[in-house]
Amino acid sequence: MGCQTWVEKLGTYLDGELASGDERALREHLRGCAACAADTLERLQTKRAIQSAGLRFVPDPAFRARIQNNLAGAARPARRSWQWFPVLASVAAVLVVAALFATYNRDRMRERQLTSELLDLHVATLASSSPVDVVSTDRHTVKPWFAGKIPFTFNLPDLDGTPFTLVGGRVSYLHQSPGAELIFRVRQHQVSVFIFQERAVEGIRWQETSLTQLSFGIRSWSRNGLHYFVIGDVSGDDLDKLSNLLKGSA
Amino acid sequence: MDVSERGVVSQSFEELALPLLDRLYNFAHWLTQDRSEAEDLVQETFAKALKGFASFQPGTNFRAWMYRILRNTFLTSRTGLKSATVPLELEDETLPATTNTPESILLDRLDQEQVRRALDELPVPYREILLLCEVEEMSYQEISSTLAIPMGTVMSRLSRARRALRESVRGSQRS
Repeated sequence: MGCQTWVEKLGTYLDGELASGDERALREHLRGCAACAADTLERLQTKRAIQSAGLRFVPDPAFRARIQNNLAGAARPARRSWQWFPVLASVAAVLVVAALFATYNRDRMRERQLTSELLDLHVATLASSSPVDVVSTDRHTVKPWFAGKIPFTFNLPDLDGTPFTLVGGRVSYLHQSPGAELIFRVRQHQVSVFIFQERAVEGIRWQETSLTQLSFGIRSWSRNGLHYFVIGDVSGDDLDKLSNLLKGSA
Repeated sequence: MDVSERGVVSQSFEELALPLLDRLYNFAHWLTQDRSEAEDLVQETFAKALKGFASFQPGTNFRAWMYRILRNTFLTSRTGLKSATVPLELEDETLPATTNTPESILLDRLDQEQVRRALDELPVPYREILLLCEVEEMSYQEISSTLAIPMGTVMSRLSRARRALRESVRGSQRS
């Protein structure tokens, strides 16, 4: 089958709706066809972008409470008027829980979007033919290169005797804020370290986080007004080691 | 129906429907593009669904049922009637393939804000099917039952909607 036939099936494939025989054949084709593989990657990025852009609106806590109340009212037989106190108390409790839940949900949503954006940045670096703007294994070259390009400074660890090498760095942007992206190599894998000012991730209560998404591991923490993200397809152990080296030098 | 029996029925409606509230609201807000209209739409959906819950077939897809009620309610609203007049291209015409070189991918890195704007500007039939597929992660079967269209139309409309979105994002990147 020619590419034309496959291109028509790519969307169905990424939606997980292709028959298993077709799916096997398509995978086989993607291994050998750069154009279709590139198309697949773009479609995947579009899918992810819609996913995170689409989760956008959260109901107002008061509105949520109203709906819950309506349903609860329908579920229970009519109350006598002297029972008003427990009703009010439960409404208040519902409001408090709803408000907390909405905040929690909003945070989760922002967190998911942010993770997605950072993954995109990392994947774009991997796919790029010139992934770094300053090519150097020397931390004393890389760090000064950022001076004047980003509105903060940071320290880089000494990597002697560790499995990590510094490949270089580039300026990256998150929510219109400039930051540093450092690329490290460990056993043929590339790991991106993003450093942004905390206000670039404002509104999200990031604590020390480690999570896995699409088989990429992520570590994240805040220090001295800067937020660090370590992203790569290496073992959690390697991510932890690199994170500790960075924390040690900050 | 006595009180305790009604209690049981409503209780299970509450259990089924409340977890969907956030997502239904998100979907409603995207459709109406207005907070208070979205709230009215969700409230009416819950009221209709509660009233019609006796006719809901247990074991069939409750989520698709709720989305169908919400969408039908939207289509009969003032904003919905306006949006329904957007003409769709013929659904059965085959799509020309677009090919991409690896270099074009980086140029096409999708900006959240651009995607939001593009989604906002898409005609409702495209916007809703993308949301059901990508955000709600519904299967084609569920989408078919929510929108009351055949599976073949689900696939062709999705493919058109994605193309329209990509073109809109590219257009905004160029300008």
